[in-house]
Amino acid sequence: MSTIANKLTVAPSPHIKDKASTSSLMLSVVIALLPAAIASVVIFGISSLVLIATCVISCVLSEYLFNMLCKKPQTVGDLSAVVTGVLLAFNLPSTFPIWMAVVGSVAAIVVVKGLFGGIGQNFANPAIAGRIILLISFAGPMTEFMVPRKIMGGYELVSGATPLAMNASGEVVGIPSYMDMFLGMRGGSLGETCIAALLLGGIFLIVRKVISPIIPVSYLATVAVFALLVGEDPIFHLLAGGVVLGAFFMATDYVTSPVTDKGKLIFGIGCGLITMLIRVFGSYPEGTSFAILLMNIITPHIDNLTKSVPFGGVTK
Amino acid sequence: MSKLFSKSLSGVKVPHSKNTADMETVLMPVPDKVVIPMKQHMGRECVPTVKLTDLVKVGQVIGDTDAFIGAPIHSSVSGKVTKIDDIIGTDGSSMKAVVIETDKLQEVDESVKAPEVTDLRSFADAIRRSGLVGLGGAGFPTHVKLVPQNLDEVTTLLVNGAECEPYITADNRAMLEDTDSIVEGIKLVMQYMNLSTAIIGIEDNKPQAIQKLQSAVSGMEGVSVKALQAQYPQGGEKVLIFECTGKVVPEGKLPSDVGCVVMNVSTIAFIAKYMRTGMPLVSKRVTVDGDAVAEPKNVEVAIGTAFGDVLDFCGGFKTEPKKVIMGGPMMGFAVPSLDMPVMKNNNAILAFSAEKAAEAEKPESPCIRCARCVNACPFDLMPAAIEKAYKAGNIDGLKALKVNLCMECGCCSYVCPAKRNLVTVNRLAKQLIK
Repeated sequence: MSTIANKLTVAPSPHIKDKASTSSLMLSVVIALLPAAIASVVIFGISSLVLIATCVISCVLSEYLFNMLCKKPQTVGDLSAVVTGVLLAFNLPSTFPIWMAVVGSVAAIVVVKGLFGGIGQNFANPAIAGRIILLISFAGPMTEFMVPRKIMGGYELVSGATPLAMNASGEVVGIPSYMDMFLGMRGGSLGETCIAALLLGGIFLIVRKVISPIIPVSYLATVAVFALLVGEDPIFHLLAGGVVLGAFFMATDYVTSPVTDKGKLIFGIGCGLITMLIRVFGSYPEGTSFAILLMNIITPHIDNLTKSVPFGGVTK
Repeated sequence: MSKLFSKSLSGVKVPHSKNTADMETVLMPVPDKVVIPMKQHMGRECVPTVKLTDLVKVGQVIGDTDAFIGAPIHSSVSGKVTKIDDIIGTDGSSMKAVVIETDKLQEVDESVKAPEVTDLRSFADAIRRSGLVGLGGAGFPTHVKLVPQNLDEVTTLLVNGAECEPYITADNRAMLEDTDSIVEGIKLVMQYMNLSTAIIGIEDNKPQAIQKLQSAVSGMEGVSVKALQAQYPQGGEKVLIFECTGKVVPEGKLPSDVGCVVMNVSTIAFIAKYMRTGMPLVSKRVTVDGDAVAEPKNVEVAIGTAFGDVLDFCGGFKTEPKKVIMGGPMMGFAVPSLDMPVMKNNNAILAFSAEKAAEAEKPESPCIRCARCVNACPFDLMPAAIEKAYKAGNIDGLKALKVNLCMECGCCSYVCPAKRNLVTVNRLAKQLIK
């Protein structure tokens, strides 16, 4: 017995822990993004796959090198850089030049995440900030979209505008049907078009309790209600832009969204309001990424205002 | 989502691991030697009342204190005092312990006879003499609970049969094997404290116990069984009060302030047995389990028996143990040595292999603000924010975050995907703001 006693571990409770880890949660997000990734390859062709691979590899590599240069513990194993890579690629048009995608990935990981202290410390969602950096730096390539057009026995890709851009410029002819938009047969960024695939992934995350449904539900509901109030078509606004991708996968980023349920509700409503304000009154046709970025920035304030009230707590 | 719509308190769904639920309690023969610590309760440490070479009998007082919050300690065996030793308790502090070499005769002391009780005062005195402390784990002296300052306002006895810790089935066995004593104990406490209501709270993963107690109390006025959703930590005192009565114990107040007195099922059963026989608290039912134990069992052991002896009685080890826990895996203490004696408030001995122990020893990674700790906390605290404030030495922040309310259930550490030791920080933070 004495030999055993010398080898016993003494540690504070609890002595059992849940299996979920940072990397298992991130892996769930990657799995949830797969249907939309497959859909993007089906709709926009092999260039989608090339862009996704480019972004993932450059995100992971920049995180690896950044940690190495800064002599920080290696964190690529947590898979968060993979998530950022896939999401950034999802925000790019299928014709986007590879080298620009690399620039966006490096900016997202090094500037937005690494320089602020790495995972858990970034003030904005790296993929969102990366997309906005690219949109401002390379406005042309970021807005040249391919549109799948039906022809005999299938469809072909032609350059064209997104449904939101058509709506903003008053073009009514050529706006795809609800069903086409639901299945992703419309112009847009890689991962945003196939609503069916995004919903599948989003529901997977909610069922697996990886994300709370509060942000996506309040975000999408606010978009729909706002559209109704200003006399626009709510279903069109839900299906047309990047709002479903944003609501399920970008606005729910743990690090940059509020912690409490009440905070999440405010965050979701705020995202919906800003998205629609930009779409309806702004000069950009789409406002999802700006909305999420702005709400990311005020997240610490939302957190401060929505602290939970402890059970039985007495304020003196 | 849960916090916006649910009326129940949060918690976590831990694996039940109630492997020993159907195993009847077996009596372990007394070992060659017992080491009886002088502090097995909350409150003042007892002073040994015996000297070296004294001969003692079962039920004889061997340690006592003048303090109101404290309880005497009795010999669990007959034999000879061979040493008054200093041992290290589970909290790391040192305390006296009386070492007795047993003669195996188990002769009962003359002082052991059923107490004569006429009113609450004599009832509480008798319970104090029995050495009874809360057997659920906290070890708070029971007689103190019987005489709250606002006795007139106390109406409800809550009998805690939740047993929400994984692995432990000792209370489950008490409910199945000592059903009559539990019913009798409830009657006694209700009678002397003049209570109108008693609610037995049991997690719904113990359907047999629920059924047995339900039929045992049917027809008793004011006594009912409440099936609780199996969710850790339903057995936490404030959680149980809320789930059974809807009442919230405010910060700095006691259960009696909301009209409740809470006792564990095993505590209640002991009260009835003591009133019948006068035998003080000298033995304890413990669940012995864990993946390193050869033959998991529920065992009735003499207080002071070394963990090593109890584990030997359970067939020794199947694989080499890496962690041995006194109590449950969520709130129990990992002991440094198998010499650790079984104490009054000890309800389980768990031995984990290196593989199982490794589950809780993964390296920490940065907080990703996933909010799992916030959603898991039964008391709606914000463990991640507390950790930040603690690391910054922000005492005002810690006070505002109400870390003092933390019951140290460990839900936050359990769910943290970054494997951060949140409850440990809460404990440190509570000390810091004291």
